[in-house]
Amino acid sequence: MATTTASLESSAGPGASTFVIAKRSILKFVRTPQLIVIGTIQGAMFLLIFRYVFGGAIDVGGIPYVDFLVPGFITTSVLFAGMGAATGVAEDLEAGFFDRLRSLPIPRGSVLAGRAVADTALLTWTLAVTTAIGFAAGFRIHGTAPEALLAFGLCVVFGFAFEWLFIGLGLFAGNAQAAQGMALLVFPLTFVSSAYVPVSTLPGWLQVIAEHQPVTYMVDAVRSLTLGPAGPALLGHPASYFVTRALLWSVALVAAFAPVAIAKYRRG
Amino acid sequence: MSYTIEAAGLVKRFGETTALDGLDLTAEPGQVVAVLGPNGAGKTTFVRAVATLLRPDEGLLRVAGRDVRREPAAVRRTIGLAGQYAAVEPAMTGRENLEMVARLFGQSHRSARAISSRVLEQLGLTEAGGRLARTYSGGMRRKLDLGASLVGAPRLLLLDEPTTGLDPRSRIELWDAIRDLVGQGTDVLLTTQYLDEADHLASQIVIIDHGRSVASGTPAELKQRAGRTVVDVHVRDRGDLPRVAAALERLGAGMPQVEESTRRVSASVDAGMGWLRDALQALDAAGVEVDDIALRPPTLDEVFLALTGQAIDDEPQRASA
Repeated sequence: MATTTASLESSAGPGASTFVIAKRSILKFVRTPQLIVIGTIQGAMFLLIFRYVFGGAIDVGGIPYVDFLVPGFITTSVLFAGMGAATGVAEDLEAGFFDRLRSLPIPRGSVLAGRAVADTALLTWTLAVTTAIGFAAGFRIHGTAPEALLAFGLCVVFGFAFEWLFIGLGLFAGNAQAAQGMALLVFPLTFVSSAYVPVSTLPGWLQVIAEHQPVTYMVDAVRSLTLGPAGPALLGHPASYFVTRALLWSVALVAAFAPVAIAKYRRG
Repeated sequence: MSYTIEAAGLVKRFGETTALDGLDLTAEPGQVVAVLGPNGAGKTTFVRAVATLLRPDEGLLRVAGRDVRREPAAVRRTIGLAGQYAAVEPAMTGRENLEMVARLFGQSHRSARAISSRVLEQLGLTEAGGRLARTYSGGMRRKLDLGASLVGAPRLLLLDEPTTGLDPRSRIELWDAIRDLVGQGTDVLLTTQYLDEADHLASQIVIIDHGRSVASGTPAELKQRAGRTVVDVHVRDRGDLPRVAAALERLGAGMPQVEESTRRVSASVDAGMGWLRDALQALDAAGVEVDDIALRPPTLDEVFLALTGQAIDDEPQRASA
């Protein structure tokens, strides 16, 4: 039978605690199959609706709409995945799970870092599924294989960057419903961008917003890496132009929102 | 000697609301201290302050001699927290939940497994250890949550309303588990709205209201002051009520409260069945027709009334934190 044990004087370092917390998020996802199934069906449905319902009415100038749409769709799927992160964080907060973690002698940044790492790993899975559906719907790569891989890798990076925005939203929202409401900001971010339609078709004032927001740079970076030679002609710049700007935006997102989220988590 | 908990003049405000308003409390090693109070009295705020989850605005708060504001990391090594909500991961097994916490304490895989086995056994969850926590009953989840707080073998266990919302049987099981821990030398600070819970578990009770401690002492001392037992007399005829109150007072009952609407008189008494027999005879002699007479432990409201001279007011605007 148990005897009194001396208090554990040790505690996990930042790396180990991030890993342990990430593992929990991944287990939760894998063991909740309805999350995976619903997420996949939702993604497939929207992709097919855009491809086959709206697609015929959208002229993107010289290339098939599916080749225009799928890179945009895959890139913006990282934001839709982020909505789930915001809700998940708010749920952990509500359920007292964060209280338990905050009462443990572990580095406080590691709880959110673990969350971000796990969500990014899960995102990679979602991206792969979305890509496969894209191919099934007729999308083809016109650039080289390394370019395509780079495009995929960039989506993962964008996902990690936006993750911090959504973690922050979840913490400030405080409960799952409010988090879901706040995460609706995903819609203007994704739709007022070059993801689904050419920016040039928007009214002038909206073009200004669409052209300068991060999602457009990210979408165009991925798009130009998959379009091959047709890319610069359609988008007006070489791939490197968009890739550097998209990466700068990613760094900016992490730099802006990670400290805010961690500070909020610390304060409770 | 250093106190397990030493709070003096503790203040915490949330905007307009003052959750802790100069709270004083000391807990000596080897004690189970129950913080008893109505909703919104500041119980949870106090536990969260001790657990380093929030920073007090003013006053002193030391846990095992360490200042919570200056040395939160040292305090976190001393405490284990089990909250109002069972903060376990439903998608992991009981064992995995405990192993996760052990790993966060920097334990190796093997050591984490050994600690989890010990805690599961301690709480009678060995059988259920391999099942996902989402298949657990409410009582089992609460036990697992308690187990998670034991993984670090804390010197001080913080239990925030550990049995709120549990059915009576789970409640008694959890009490047994807590008493076992105490027997093994863990200090406990628990909050509760239930007098019987404080009575069962605590060696020291601190009653708080409006963020201040209003009374403290051993359960026996407080009950002495509040009256050990309450007698309820229901009568058939409303007109008999004053005569009942007078008769009870003559028999040594304190502060009879007359409630016209339910035709009832309640009074605190320090007595048992013998007194009840005398009371029946006295009421009979006074010509009162008694519908029902019973002895029961005082409610928290009555203890409050006795100790503070005022009833608990449940103003809705008071912080529930």
